[in-house]
Amino acid sequence: MNVGVGLPTTTPGTTGELLLDWARRADEGPFSSLGVLDRIVYDSLEPFAALAAAAGVTSRVRLATMIAIGPLRPTGLLAKQAASVHALSGGRLTLGLAVGARLEDYEAAGVEPRGRGRKLAEQLAYIRGGVDGHRIGPARDGMELLVGGMSGQAFSRMARYADGYAHGGGPPRAFASAATRAKAAWADLGRPGQPRLWGQGYFCFSDADRGGEYLRDYYAFTGPFAERIAAENLTSARAVKDFVRGYEEAGCDELVLFPTVADSEELNRLAEAIA
Amino acid sequence: MRVEIVGGGPAGLYLGILLRRADPSAEVRVTERNAPDATFGWGVVFSEETLGSLRDADPETHLEITDTFARWDRVDIRYRGRELRSRGHSFSAIARKRLLAILQRRCRAVGVELEFGVEVSELPDADLVVGADGANSLVRRLGEFGTKVEPEGSKYVWFGTDHVFDAFTFVFKETEHGVYNVHAYPYDEGMSTFIVECPLETWLGAGHEDMSEEENLAYCEQLFARDLRGRELFSNRSVWLDFPKVTNRVWHDGRVVLLGDAAHTAHFSIGSGTKLAMEDSIALANALARRGWDVEAALLDYELERGPAVERTQGAASESAGYFRRVGSYTHLEPIQFAFNLLTRSGRITHAGLGIRDPRFTRTLDSWFGGSPVSPPPAFSPFELHGVRFENRFGLVPSGLVAVSAEGRVTPETATIDEWSPRPGQVLLQLGHAGRRGATQPRSVGVDLPLSEGWPVVAPTRRPYGPFSPVPGEPDEAAIREQFVAAARRAGRLDVDVLELDMAHGYLLGSYLSPLVNQEDDRLRFPLSVLQAVREAWPGVLAVRLSVTDWHPRGNSVGDGVAIARAMAEGGADLIHVEAGQTVHDDRPVYRRGFLTALSDRVRNEARVPTLVGGHLTTIDDANTAVAAGRADLVLLDLPESDIERPLEASNKLLQAEVSG
Repeated sequence: MNVGVGLPTTTPGTTGELLLDWARRADEGPFSSLGVLDRIVYDSLEPFAALAAAAGVTSRVRLATMIAIGPLRPTGLLAKQAASVHALSGGRLTLGLAVGARLEDYEAAGVEPRGRGRKLAEQLAYIRGGVDGHRIGPARDGMELLVGGMSGQAFSRMARYADGYAHGGGPPRAFASAATRAKAAWADLGRPGQPRLWGQGYFCFSDADRGGEYLRDYYAFTGPFAERIAAENLTSARAVKDFVRGYEEAGCDELVLFPTVADSEELNRLAEAIA
Repeated sequence: MRVEIVGGGPAGLYLGILLRRADPSAEVRVTERNAPDATFGWGVVFSEETLGSLRDADPETHLEITDTFARWDRVDIRYRGRELRSRGHSFSAIARKRLLAILQRRCRAVGVELEFGVEVSELPDADLVVGADGANSLVRRLGEFGTKVEPEGSKYVWFGTDHVFDAFTFVFKETEHGVYNVHAYPYDEGMSTFIVECPLETWLGAGHEDMSEEENLAYCEQLFARDLRGRELFSNRSVWLDFPKVTNRVWHDGRVVLLGDAAHTAHFSIGSGTKLAMEDSIALANALARRGWDVEAALLDYELERGPAVERTQGAASESAGYFRRVGSYTHLEPIQFAFNLLTRSGRITHAGLGIRDPRFTRTLDSWFGGSPVSPPPAFSPFELHGVRFENRFGLVPSGLVAVSAEGRVTPETATIDEWSPRPGQVLLQLGHAGRRGATQPRSVGVDLPLSEGWPVVAPTRRPYGPFSPVPGEPDEAAIREQFVAAARRAGRLDVDVLELDMAHGYLLGSYLSPLVNQEDDRLRFPLSVLQAVREAWPGVLAVRLSVTDWHPRGNSVGDGVAIARAMAEGGADLIHVEAGQTVHDDRPVYRRGFLTALSDRVRNEARVPTLVGGHLTTIDDANTAVAAGRADLVLLDLPESDIERPLEASNKLLQAEVSG
């Protein structure tokens, strides 16, 4: 299993300088990928803009949206943004897409939320199927495509159009159960081989209270679950190691750990913990 | 800290005890609508697992409860005049009245205030209000919980009897109106619970609707006279009921929280109601203690901790309720298989699991299944169909879709029958026409992605299959039928063991069957005509691959799928390969391990036709359980690709693992 790290694009107080510094350090290893989240109505950075910046200062790590909310963007524009980051990074984009969980993002984007599942299916078919006749350059060859979500339809979209599944986070057993469903869908749709399985988690070494506060705020829209997500924040090297082992045993291919405090010292501590 | 608990059943009383134990300064009051000694129902069951958590939570009540327990480790199944016994199931039960008396006494000892005969009409003023007032909770109506209550399963009536059963006993009785079944278990030295259950049609047919309470009791007493050994049934306002399945989107609203049946019910046929309720009490008391009476945080913890466990139990309970509602479709099974199907109905016990609890039972089952005293596990037992012998139940090598014509290909890589040749092994040739799912890019890229320059596709509709799929043209039915026949003739000259017609997943023949695609009244017309024509051209085993549900609210239901399967069997199919969904692009599939097994069970036992099923079965235990329970005759396992290439080696490897495991 590979371990990647999230860019601090949704944590308060991230500057352009910190972001680039973070990306540079991550590229030095032992991380295999840099992940970003997507949200409009929040003090956060746009995922493709952030990955484009990271592309300029990295040469090795994969750049992954975990996930981007596809239907917020017109399909052609989404394809263009993804293709651009893919080209700027020398073919390192992993495009994770899902319908997202917040209606306010749809309102802010001026997009009708009804039918968003259908629209995501269209976007996936468009991007994967080359419906544009590849007129929307640059080339998307080698762009890895993931789909997230927990509904039966999310799993069938994943198996139909993508290379793998992007899980939304939780304890290893929650990941294992989703992974089983992903594999069942993959076989049901007659795809050869196995889906790539991506997981994610949160960490914080220096200031657990600040990290928890951020998670409660970021996930306030989930109501009762914000508290639980905050409680699952990994706040020690031991907790990170256990979590990594749990995900590895559950069959995860790539685990991306997201920071909850924007401080580059956090990245050094994580690198030590997983080394 | 003041806590008002509404409802003096096991959950409410037990919570009161635990709260006072944890914090003697807390004021805790339980109010109950009825008198202290009024109770409905007779005995309640516990599993050993629950007993451990009761011991940890309050040793005093645990001791008192277990002292009066009736215990047993056997499940007896009376069916067709025989009694089958399965051991290794630890159960215990107690009179509900006795349990309440113990809890009430303990409440008083630890200083919980108890008030009886008090009806609650508005929310009491307290730091925490607990709705422990049962499936028809009043407290629940005073808050916002996103409640859903729907009837589940069959009609049932709850009696007591002075015949003391010496095990948990299932009785199945066939009558002219249908099947009745009984769940009976002892709960003290002189009494047993005796629940009678029957499907609605049976209940109506027998005229229970118009019977008085006494007439009903007399009817049941007479029907089960032999099982009662001449003893009586007792009524305690025992009337026929529908079981209400209660679910709540959230279990707390501000300072009000739901507990036990008020929050969630689980069909009585798995005997988990009281267990879940008392486990709720433990979780809530622990959360409050851990959070130092931060009520909001504790209620979150409680709900998040209990939610997944309750959901799993409710899922198993619904499977079980469904089994008893369809019980009439299983009465063709031989007693030992009937018993194994019953024991594995909720998916919580497998062949291997039962083998650990009761090796004698699985040995008997395996011998019966294999037809000789020394038999391999069921999946390794041979099977004969239409004159063809299958060495085991999982060794078929599926070809993948082989097209009857170039136009019928799914992708440019799809083999056509003219160029296809079988791999070694027992071969399942899957013959089909892609219909409107044709002319797509290879599956290594994705599924249903149209080729930029494909070929014309056909379907009984003008609507494309998915985004950017081509508009289908009209099928030339006579020509396509002739292609199927020609392909079947060619298969007759090749080394093919089973010929399968693909009528699943929205390929051409499957698209005819679904109301989501085909508007004509007789949707079976063309697929049946193909089946009959092929039947004449192919003398061997003929299978039909069928999506037995469209997984769509306006599509074919499982009931429709069973009817289609029956029609296919009458039209000459020897075997139904059970699949689901993909008829349309935006169906709502349900994926998990073994997601097709329950559907195969329904097709096999309702349409009474042999079935083949896959659906992400990944272990030989999955296969053993499915075939031994009569849910399928043959299975396709999801094994690593290397094993699929070498079925014989894979089979040996699995057998070795089975023997050593």
